Amino acid sequence: MNDENTNSQGDDMSTSTPSVLSSVAQNRAAHHEANSAPMGSGLEARGVHAWFGKHHALENVSLDFNPGTVTALIGPSGCGKSTFIRTLNRMHEFIPSAAMAGEVLLDGKDIYSSGIDVTQIRLKIGMVFQKPNPFPSMTIGQNVLAGLKLAQLKHDNKEELLEQSLTRAGLWNEVKDRLGVSAGGLSGGQQQRLCIARSLAVNPKVLLMDEPCSALDPGSTLRIEDTISELSKTMTIVIVTHNMQQAARVSDYTAFFLSDGGPGQMIEVGPTSEMFSRPRDQRTENYVSGRFG
Amino acid sequence: MTNLEASAVTPLTPWKATLNQRLFTVLLLAVAIALSYIVVAVTPMKGKLAYAFLFMLFSVGFQATHAGIKRGRTAAVDAIAGSIAVAGAVLVFTPVISLIFTTIIRGSKGLRVNTFTQTMEHAAMTDPISQGGLLHSLIGTLYLILIATVISLPLALLTALYLTEIKGRAAGFIQFLVQAMSGVPSIVAGVFIYAALLLTTSLHGSTIMGALPLAILMIPTVTRTAQEVLLLVPQDLREAGVALGATQWKTVATIVVPAARSGLITAVILGIARIAGETAPLLFTLGVSDKINWNPLNGGQSALPYYVWSGLGLGSPEAIQRAWTGILVLLMIVLVLFTAARILGREKK
Repeated sequence: MNDENTNSQGDDMSTSTPSVLSSVAQNRAAHHEANSAPMGSGLEARGVHAWFGKHHALENVSLDFNPGTVTALIGPSGCGKSTFIRTLNRMHEFIPSAAMAGEVLLDGKDIYSSGIDVTQIRLKIGMVFQKPNPFPSMTIGQNVLAGLKLAQLKHDNKEELLEQSLTRAGLWNEVKDRLGVSAGGLSGGQQQRLCIARSLAVNPKVLLMDEPCSALDPGSTLRIEDTISELSKTMTIVIVTHNMQQAARVSDYTAFFLSDGGPGQMIEVGPTSEMFSRPRDQRTENYVSGRFG
Repeated sequence: MTNLEASAVTPLTPWKATLNQRLFTVLLLAVAIALSYIVVAVTPMKGKLAYAFLFMLFSVGFQATHAGIKRGRTAAVDAIAGSIAVAGAVLVFTPVISLIFTTIIRGSKGLRVNTFTQTMEHAAMTDPISQGGLLHSLIGTLYLILIATVISLPLALLTALYLTEIKGRAAGFIQFLVQAMSGVPSIVAGVFIYAALLLTTSLHGSTIMGALPLAILMIPTVTRTAQEVLLLVPQDLREAGVALGATQWKTVATIVVPAARSGLITAVILGIARIAGETAPLLFTLGVSDKINWNPLNGGQSALPYYVWSGLGLGSPEAIQRAWTGILVLLMIVLVLFTAARILGREKK
């Protein structure tokens, strides 16, 4: 993990209050040690800037995501977390006035270089959105396999892929008897896990999650966090969250973003247990201890 | 709480008007009716319009006063606003209901079996109703609707997709053209096809020539409705599609259009409603026929609006009766098409 801390304000360690969150994160880290060979793909952001029209939304973010790790992006609203995560699979350019600078390397290749097929990039780097968005005209089963149809992929055993994707998303047992029913009848939490299953069916190497639990109740949130822990064994995950407990529970690394009224910046990044116990920057300390944000 | 206890409680609707309140409202309306009769009787105002106007005035006045005395000034204003809204609805629906009733009553008098089985090949419009029928016009109208829909639907849908999904450079200009086109008088569309195709080439009036101006009229209606419907599809769904590695075309075809399906069917219905009763553009382009013409490319054709128009023009009681019957049949066709489209467009449950 590269530490590209640009704004460290040399705080003294003695003032850091050991928080409950840090012990949560340490528990997780200890538990995660058992995980051996990392899977998934590495993703590296190099000096990424983002603009919406003339509004400079994100300034010079460099961040590495190692294969098989979960990285949480935290920070107050409007600090550029979501903008940043959308630059990682080129969803940023979906907004008409958007512009960007910098490089995003997937397995060492810049996803923004010319000649790159953007649909292939998004196939390898999946995304789960803030609001559950199952396709309303499709059944539960069709939703899961929609990616095959959309990306025009061939798959030999669709039944197996369907079951496998739903199982990985932790939804199989709840929906296996009603795969032919419209997805609109599922609860919000189930819909979000359906969207995760839909992303998994095309077998991405990296999964980006943009506040996947912000519209869900605590029970569903817990289910999704279990799913994330399960998925992290086989893929690289980046998750934007407003919930610091969630960051502590699910992530290996945490990056703190902040905007001082200008463009959003990444203040610091580190192993999650350290970020919640002894952050190097005073602003991170203030944020994780709940003094603002 | 047990089931027994639950069933012992009667469900109430304390927010609804009580019987006494309803009776009082009826009484107020009765007084308003009585007063308007008296006013009409003692003043020079005469006619149904006077009754309607006075009744409206009195009933609104009474209800507002009653509400004002019981609950104050804001309640009175609320009552006036509510009454005006109801009056507006009545004002709009009265002519529509009246139109439908008149058509059914006058049209049904001329309905015979031969109306649907015979053509005007061996009968004149002025002959007794028992001879001849409108089968040829019925077939002609169905043909025209079908051909105009086949021509305009793909064009309109693609235009709507260009305007909402691609949002290309020409979008603003095309939007302007679509708006301008929806203001084109139907006769101008007819004259355009006449001047562009029939006058300058050796083509003659036929079903396809009649369908062309109808398609011109149908395209902007379908485009604008389809556009509204496509804009209602949440942006989330497009992003979800693209994030799964789909091209824009694939996302639109497999997600956006199916999500808007029932609305797009409504767009087609509105388009058909726009053209089904058009007469003027057909006068130049359809040719004439008093027998069934199955060939849409050659030979004159008839249509129900044209049948009605010629019947009314002749003026004899039989011809006018035929015209009314033609209007009724046209109304029924449109109704059947609407119902069929609604059933087709119903969301799968």
